Amino acid sequence: MLEAVDLAAVRGDRRLFAGLGFSLLEGELLHVHGVNGSGKTTLLRMLCGLVVPEEGRILWEGKDIRSEREAYLRNLVYLGHLGALKGDLTGVENLRITETLAGEAVTEDQAMAALQDVGLHGHEDLPVRVLSQGQRRRVALARLALSQAGLWILDEPFTALDKASVAALRARLENHLKQGGMVILTTHQEIDIDTALVKQVALG
Amino acid sequence: MFAVLRCMMKRDLILAVRRMSDVLTTLFFFIIVVSLFPLGIGPEVEILRMIAPGVVWVAAILASMLALGRLFEGDYRDGTLEQMLLAPQPLSVLVLGKVLAHWAVSGLPLVLMAPLLGLQFGMTAEGLGVLLVSLVLGTPAISLIGAVGAALTLGVRGGGVLVSLLVLPLYIPVLIFGAGAVEASVTGLGAEAHLSLLGAILALALCFAPWATAAALRISLD
Repeated sequence: MLEAVDLAAVRGDRRLFAGLGFSLLEGELLHVHGVNGSGKTTLLRMLCGLVVPEEGRILWEGKDIRSEREAYLRNLVYLGHLGALKGDLTGVENLRITETLAGEAVTEDQAMAALQDVGLHGHEDLPVRVLSQGQRRRVALARLALSQAGLWILDEPFTALDKASVAALRARLENHLKQGGMVILTTHQEIDIDTALVKQVALG
Repeated sequence: MFAVLRCMMKRDLILAVRRMSDVLTTLFFFIIVVSLFPLGIGPEVEILRMIAPGVVWVAAILASMLALGRLFEGDYRDGTLEQMLLAPQPLSVLVLGKVLAHWAVSGLPLVLMAPLLGLQFGMTAEGLGVLLVSLVLGTPAISLIGAVGAALTLGVRGGGVLVSLLVLPLYIPVLIFGAGAVEASVTGLGAEAHLSLLGAILALALCFAPWATAAALRISLD
């Protein structure tokens, strides 16, 4: 269970949000709403432990994420709005390196299969910089197929994706929730996932 | 933990090989700066021999400053640095891997080229040997200390100039003992004392710099 208690964020002189709290159980999705600049990305980075909250605490299984850093990070996948891909490396190399750093090394075949899974058949050996924006996004999303982590924090995962990829990602999210995973995401798109599982947080 | 260190080093080395131009600019800068001095000062062997260690060392420091900007900048821009901060392993281990790879592509070529450049100054074989050893000990320390500055100035406008102002004064001990080692051996005093102190600086930098760099990166990305 992930819990946020009384979170507040300040960027520069501006107070983005204060007194924010929620709890997320296994199998639930948290949809963070808000206009541009309302602090959605700051909230997500805060939940990853990249930004230190001005006030409040974030608890993972009842313990502060900063005291349980290693165990928490092993269970977390964060996909930011930057793709975190190296342009000079191929998709397979990118995936294998990211996964090794995340503490779950994968073989070349596994990485290859994950890329084919997101519809990048035949593009595995190209440097990522020659791929289109949507294809690059799909390489980043291929991590979700490889990772064993329970908590996914996704910043605008649907941007630049075509219709088929949006549907595939939605199916992947649903499947993850069904298996008891947790998802926190921001998106301006409508996501029609079974509403019983979806919690909403509005910022700004 | 070693798997992560190895992975980080391998990644940065592959990236350097695919972007050979970055490596070569640093090396050519070093070669040209060192070569300008004999041309400017003239062919008096005595003077050249006297200034050689200092010139090579200052040029090596300036060349490594040139490469320092690239250490974290690329990773910061494409978001991979953020992912490094989210790795369960200690960030200082990842940083150490990055700095070692950085030294291998920006420091090691200078070390290997230095004896050849020393010949232009009429240095003796013994002097060249000591110069090589002092650079082998000194340039990794320069990379390690520089990484702290690079991490602190990450994402700051005009960071390139700022990092020089921040880091160059910290290089002074390395410069004094590095250039001093060659001079001491030429004058017959023996270079052991200088080289031991250089080694001590390297050992200290290996212990503390990755840790300080990791802390600076966390601040820069907050």
